[in-house]
This record gives sequence, structure tokens and C-alpha cells, in this order.
Amino acid sequence: MNNMKLIFEKGNTNRGLDLMPECDVPVTHVSAGYERKKELNLPHVSETEISRHYTKLVKRTFGVNNGFYPLGSCTMKYNPKINNEMAGLPGFSDVHPLQPIDTVQGCLEVYQLADKYLGKITGMDAMDFQPAAGAHGEFTGLKLIRAYHQDRNDSKRDKIIVPDSAHGTNPASAAMAGFTVVNVPSTEDGFVDVEALRNAVGEDTAGFMLTNPNTIGLFEEHILEITSIIHEAGGLNYYDGANLNAIMGVARPGDMGFDVVHLNLHKTFSTPHGGGGPGSGPVGCKDILVKYLPTPRIIDNKGMLAFEDKNEKSIGRVKDFYGNFLVVVRALTYMMTLGSEGLKDASENAVLNANYMLHKLKDTFDIPFGNGRCMHEFVMSLEELKKEKSVSALDFAKALLDYGMHPPTMYFPLIVHEALMVEPTETESKETLDEAIEIFKEIYNKACNDPDAVHNSPTTTPIGRPDEVRAARNPILRYNF
Amino acid sequence: MGTYIPNTKEEQLSMLKEIGLNSMYELFDAIPKEVKLGAPLDIPRGMSEMEVSSKMRKIAGKNKVYDSIFRGCGAYRHYIPSIVKQVTSKEEFMTAYTPYQAEISQGILQSIFEYQTMICELTGMQVSNASVYDGASAAAEAVIMSKERKRKKALLSASVNPMIIETIGTYISGTDMEMEIIPVKDGLTDIESLKNKLDDDISCVLIQQPNYYGLLEDGDAIGSILADSDIKYIMSCNPISLGILKTPAEYGVDIAIGEGQPLGLGLSFGGPYLGFMATTDKLMRRLPGRIVGETTDSQGRRAYVLTLQAREQHIRREKASSNICSNQALCAMTAAVYLASMGKEGLKQAATLSMSKAHYLAQRLCEIDGYEMVYKGEFFNEFVTTVNTDVDRVLQVLSDNGILGGYPLEGDDKGQLLWCATELNTKEEMDALTRILREVQE
Amino acid sequence: MSKVLYAKSHEWVEFLDDTRARVGISDYAQNELGDLVFISLPEEGDEVSVGESFADVESVKAVSNVYSPVSGTVKAINEDLLDQPELVNSDAMDAWFIEVENISDKADLLTEEEYKKLIAE
Repeated sequence: MNNMKLIFEKGNTNRGLDLMPECDVPVTHVSAGYERKKELNLPHVSETEISRHYTKLVKRTFGVNNGFYPLGSCTMKYNPKINNEMAGLPGFSDVHPLQPIDTVQGCLEVYQLADKYLGKITGMDAMDFQPAAGAHGEFTGLKLIRAYHQDRNDSKRDKIIVPDSAHGTNPASAAMAGFTVVNVPSTEDGFVDVEALRNAVGEDTAGFMLTNPNTIGLFEEHILEITSIIHEAGGLNYYDGANLNAIMGVARPGDMGFDVVHLNLHKTFSTPHGGGGPGSGPVGCKDILVKYLPTPRIIDNKGMLAFEDKNEKSIGRVKDFYGNFLVVVRALTYMMTLGSEGLKDASENAVLNANYMLHKLKDTFDIPFGNGRCMHEFVMSLEELKKEKSVSALDFAKALLDYGMHPPTMYFPLIVHEALMVEPTETESKETLDEAIEIFKEIYNKACNDPDAVHNSPTTTPIGRPDEVRAARNPILRYNF
Repeated sequence: MGTYIPNTKEEQLSMLKEIGLNSMYELFDAIPKEVKLGAPLDIPRGMSEMEVSSKMRKIAGKNKVYDSIFRGCGAYRHYIPSIVKQVTSKEEFMTAYTPYQAEISQGILQSIFEYQTMICELTGMQVSNASVYDGASAAAEAVIMSKERKRKKALLSASVNPMIIETIGTYISGTDMEMEIIPVKDGLTDIESLKNKLDDDISCVLIQQPNYYGLLEDGDAIGSILADSDIKYIMSCNPISLGILKTPAEYGVDIAIGEGQPLGLGLSFGGPYLGFMATTDKLMRRLPGRIVGETTDSQGRRAYVLTLQAREQHIRREKASSNICSNQALCAMTAAVYLASMGKEGLKQAATLSMSKAHYLAQRLCEIDGYEMVYKGEFFNEFVTTVNTDVDRVLQVLSDNGILGGYPLEGDDKGQLLWCATELNTKEEMDALTRILREVQE
Repeated sequence: MSKVLYAKSHEWVEFLDDTRARVGISDYAQNELGDLVFISLPEEGDEVSVGESFADVESVKAVSNVYSPVSGTVKAINEDLLDQPELVNSDAMDAWFIEVENISDKADLLTEEEYKKLIAE
């Protein structure tokens, strides 16, 4: 059996690195009763072994540098290297979060600049960088909505409306922030059902969450009507920034009637996803919500930037130290590099690349929404293929793996059966898109002519399809020594 | 202007033509005119890489990087082995997405599985997740996961870092949960008061070990009070200290959490850090966040996958107990590489050095008139002293000498300094610190 | 199993007498759900009511509610399912979830033929 070894299965007892000097002061021992008795099993490996172990793991990892990564909703664009270099500057990376305020003016300036840029990009009056990820931003933004209503003694507003095409985090965040979730259906064209929304609002409506362009890659044509329905009912509009990459410099949530937004710097602003994080999920809001933003807030006190901690209206702290700072450094570097016209170029090319792929694929694949057009991403349905050839979206995705490409997002949004959601991003060349288009068509043909070959894929990856049922029925979540 | 768009203007035009459009503008036809931005974004024009680099360096230059740091209070400067950054900077690890496609993500998945194993080993617990945002969000998630139908009130010790208490407050406000603070006595959780507060509606008790003041709590006493009850015992711990200090499991803890930053992550002005969470088999399905499990592939080979996903937001939506999606995966990998480099002996050494240096520092500081230990209890690598003159002045003089002094406590503790030492603080440095402090006095 | 009736939400109920019944999910339901990996059950003594969810069934990629076809008190739960959710996949009609007593109300239930007709539609 050709198993990849765990780091615990390598090396030998007493092997290890020599990292620290002898103690230059008298040694203090832990008093009786407080000392660890339990055996501590950690790897016992040399530096060579660590280096080779992780190099092996690298070979079993697929990054944006390995190939095309058209994961819908995730905006897997190229991650510029200068961003990392800037984040690694000792002036940023070696600064203690509790240093005197006059010694961290550069860090605060990073936040101040990012605030200014993102405020302009989104049309919001203020930004807050405390949230560590998109879902964390959602939670924070929803707490602002709650605080707003409570401050107005309008506390019966306990419902958040979400379209059925929403990301799972939307309803989960709303529930976590103490709201009840009301789902509204989408129309056959994939838009928010305006009539259903009108019927859903009422005196208990706290707010409405929307991704726009929405999760099938279409811009909500009735966006102003939608946001005013909510406003007229007394609710606030929440913008999920997952798809901001489609509209930078073209349109702004702030001009669409949104009161609060969260962004995903690890999507739109090119910071690396790190195999699942860290991200950064800044929240932006209109003036009416600024006083509820989390504490501390960064303020400009006559040229000296500072943290302001005292604000009774604030929802409070959502994280221990302020923000995933180095992620914001990367995003700011990116925004400075692209500037006003570059950000717009990025969005234009993201939309162009998606439309180009859509155009070339629409005769082969069923693309249920958009009439042949999309914003920065589009959704295909393999329902027919599944019915006729038993080739599912999952099978199709697995077949793509054998072509050295990361598959699109599968089975999302939930309103499309056998969905594959394709988001090429602006950092891919025409050749890459052409190649991917050919691969999609080739697999489609294979699915029609030799479905078993697709069912049996992938065959060239480090492992074949894993048994997920076995993993979930008998969870093995750690190595046993 | 820098750009990362490979296609030339000509290529862009030819692609537009192919889809039957004449200009980029037409791509956005679907956006109603009323919401279209009429003017360019009001932010500066783009810059070349060279210019950006120079501008960012200037900004970084406005921060002060201390040679010598005696401040912790939730963020600790420890030695980071060279191999750590080398490994975690690898482009594949940095740029990969969440490992949903297991066949091409075994590297990330295995690294998380190894991380989970190491966190279980450190804490003595049975199950770990793949990380949450930071120590405070780990605490908040632990409090939420302890909730039962009839038990909705959390008891939090006043000796837990106030930022953590505040964060928990934000997380549970507006929900059906409540919290109450257990007072401190001599810097430690007041156990008599804790006993008096125990009731049928209490879901959990949270303490920090070592606590905010650096002191070691009587975790056993609290453990025996909570044993055989339905109240969850939550302990927030410093992971380095677990190289030598009693594990949460040995105290009978149900959920062990903490800030993983000391495990190879830089100070980075507060983030990205790493929230770790570990629990018992019994509570496994209540643990929030991603979890990696071992299984086999189609050919019977060992393989790793994201598992128990039905707990999570993308499946359970509004019924999920947590909304967490992106976590701190690369920070978790950093912690794993750090722990692999340190090994058992290395971690023990870092912990022992930190503790020994802190005790030496405490002794030297207390030789100065007016500097006294505020608390008498056992401590690990942080402790509180009085100061013989104005705190701000003391810290300013130290700062002028390239030293970041202890953290000035606030509220009832105002005027006191919370000191910290790690293996990075040399005897020479500590002797110099004492010398300077004597001079301030004069 | 002549006494077995079905709810439109795909649960079966077998009346042991007038006030006691066992409840499970139909074979059709287990087939639709696919391989079950976990089942969460209520506690003994809990009240269940018609049309309200009393349990969750999890497959790898989905979680579904199980709705009670009767109102009453949970007398017993099938603890085997907690460790072996696959029992539902292998024989859904044998793998009861809960036994309810003091039944005070029941849903509009279908006979086996009526249920078969429903799922054929």
C-alpha cells in the first residue's frame, strides 16, 4: 500500500532540531500539582525530514500557481507576490498589538488608507477591519442592524430575509446574530422574486441580505426596487461582497441602496486563501450605522491616529486584537498597485473572461439563466447529463481533475440542480480559457460516449475518490500513537 | 499602473468581438443606469511595483520595532525556527482554496490532520477542529457550543483576558444566552463565589490558565466542583505553557481553547493569529468549524477529507450552531510546522526558559524600591508588579531605550504593569532593564 | 406490518396500541437521502408534536429534519441508530427512531397503498 506517511511516522525518538541556547538564569521548575504528567507526543524529526515532508505535501496540493482555478463565488485570482513581501516587512510583522500608539502609526495608516479606498469602492461612509473573515463580517454587519433597530426602540424587528440562492453563511450568520431567517424564492430567471419579497416584508423585518451580482452571476435588474421595498418596510439592506469583483469602478453597493456591506479581501483583493484562511472580512456601512461599529475604532486625533475604545452604542468587540492585519497590508498593496483605473480594468476583464467562456460553452451545456450573458461568473446545470448518462456534477468535476484544472464550485447555488459554477477571474489569459473550454467539451463528449470513464475519474491524482461516508460514520480525527 | 491581467488590449477586443460586443461598457448592460458610477473611482491612480514597494516601506518605517519586548497580554514573541516560514511560504500552501476537492488537496488535508493531532496532544483532549479566527472567537464559540436547552448562562472568570470577555459578550448579546462574571480574589478566580453561582441554568464555566495576571488557577478545585455535573468546563490556555504545565484534560476540562499565536506566528500587530479548539469525543459533533478525518480512497489507500460537514453552515444554513467558513488554515499549518520543529523537548525547553526568565525578571524587578509583586500565587511567564513612579514615564524611558515594557493595566489595576518574558529575553537584557528602571526612579 | 401508516413527509408510524407507536422513516426516504452518517434523536421524556421536527438525519452532504406524525411523549429511543445510522439504510422499516406514548394527536396518515401512490407521482 502506497500510503503517504504522517509526520508522526517519520524520524526517530530523540531526533530533533537544536534551536535554543542553555538557560542563562536559574531554572525555575513547575511546582507540584501544576506540572504536566500526560505524555506529550510530538514529531521527532530532523530539519531535513521536515523540509521533505512538507515538500511532499506541497506536491499533493493544488494552488493558483498550479493551474486554472475557476471556483465560482471564490474569486481565485492570482495572488501577487509583492503583497506577501510587504506583509513580511519587519515594520509590519514584528509589531506588538499593544504597543504605545505613537509607535504604531504606520499600522494605523494602513487601516486608514484601506478604509478610504474601500469606502470609495463600495460607496460606504466608514469601514471596519476587525472581522477576520467573510462570515465574521456578516455576523458583525448583522449586529449593526440589530443595534440600529434597538437604538430606535424598534426591537420587534427580528427577521432577516435571505433569498434561497444565498450562501449558507448568510442564514447561519443571521441566526447567530439572534435573528429568525425568512427565505424568499427566486424567480425562474434566477432573480429575487420582487413580489414574494414585497409579501415577506413587514413590521418585523430587520433587514435583507443580498449578493449582487447574485450567486448565479446575474446583476439584480430590480435592485433599486428591492432595496426600497426593504427601506419602506423599515428594514436595512445588507450587501454580501462575495461578488464585488464584478463591479469595481462600475457600480457601488452604496449607490444601490445598501446600508452595510462586508468584503472578502481574500477574494476580490487578491490576498491568498491559505488553504482555507486567513481571510479578512471588513465591514462597511453608511453614516446611520457608524456609531454601532465594533470597538475599538481607529480615529484621527489631530494627525495622531489612535484606537478609540469608548462608545456605548457600539456592538462591542468581535475579535481579541484588531483585524487580520497582514491580510489588510496585502489588500492595500494590491489596491495601490491597481489604483482607480486598474480596479475597473480588473472587473471588466473578470466579466469579459466569464462571458467569453459562457459564449463558447453555451451550445454544449445547459446554462439555465442569463440568456447567454453573465457578470463575472455563470452557472451550468448538468441535470440532463445526470438523467441521461448518470454523469453528475460531481463526476464531471472529478474528471476535470485529470486535466490539471481545479473544478468549478459544485452544487451551489442550491436552486440549480447539478450545478457547476464557473468564475474564471481576470488574471487568466485567453489561452487558458480556450484550453479549459476544450477540456469542458471533451469531458462532455466523454460523458455521453463513455460515462464509465467519467465515473471512474480521477485516475491521475495522488488519491482516487475518498470514501466520505466511511469518514463520517467512523470519525478518525487524529493520529493515534 | 500595475496590473495582473495577462490579456492585451487587442486580445480583449477580439474576445469582445467574439461574443458580439463592441466595448467593455456593453458587458455591463444588465446594470441599471441609475446605479452605474458616472466617474472614475475617487482613489489614487495605480503605481508600478517599485513605487508601491517604496511607499509601503515608508509606511512600515513609521512603526517602531522593539529590540526587546517584555509585553505579552495575549500576544507573545517567541523564537520562530527558520524552517517554519520557509515551509508556510510555499506558493501551493499559500494560494490553495479550502480543500473541498480532496483528490488534489491531500497536502492541505494531511497538514490539518497533523495539526489536529498536535492540538489534541498539547491539550490532552480527544478532538480538535481545523482552527477558528483567534483566541477570543474560540472562547465565544466554546461558550455557544456549551449551550443546552435548559442551560444558557455562561460563568466567566474575571481573571480571563478582558478582550475575550468582551468578545463573548458581543457574540451572545441578542441571543437567548447570558453571561455572568465570577469575581477574582488575590488575582485568582474566587472559587467560593463560583460555587455559589452554580445553578441549573449554568451551561459552562470559563477560566484562563495561566490567567490574565499570569497566575496559575486552581484548575483541579474547579474541575472537581464541575465533575459529574452537566456544566461544561472551558479552559483557555497558553499553548507553549502546555509543554510543561498540566493539560486541560488532566483538569477534567470539556473544551480546551486558546490563542495559538505563540506557536510560530509573528506578532503582526494582532493578526492573523490562530484560535484553537479541542474537546471530548462526546462533544465532537458540537464542535464548530472544519474538521479533517481519515478514510480510504477508491483503491484502499489512506486518504483525508473534510468530514462531519453536516454541522456546518453550507449544509445546515440557519440551523448551524456556527457560521464559520474561512478559518486560519495557513496559521494552523504554521503551528504544526512549529511544533514539528520544536518536538517534545524543544517545546518543553521553550516553556521552561520562558518560565525561568520570567521568574528571574520578577526577582530582579523586585530588588528595586517600589517594585513589588502584586500577587503571591504561582505564575508561568507573566506577572504583575507595582511601579515606583508614573507608569507612563517608566514606559517612555524604556521605549526610548528600545524596550517595550510591561503592559499598563487599566481599571482597578491602574498603575500596575503586567510583565512577560520568553526564551528570547536574555539575562543581559533583563539586567539592562533593571538598570534603566533604577535610573528612572532617581 | 399491517398497522403501519405513513406521513406525507415520509415517516412511517406503527401503532402498538391506541396511545403508543413507533416512528421511523420510509424506505423511499432513506433511498433519497443516501448513506446516512449520523442521526440525532430526542431524549426520553421529550414531547413531540404533529408536524414538528424531532430528529435530524445526516448524510455526507445534507441534513434533513424528521417530522413527527404523532403528538405524545418519547418513551424510548433506538440507541442503536446513534452508533449505526446505516441500519436505516439497510432496513428502514425495522430501524425505528422513537417510541411515543400518551399519544394525543396524529397527522393525516396514509395507508401503504396511498403512500406508494404518493411517491410514484
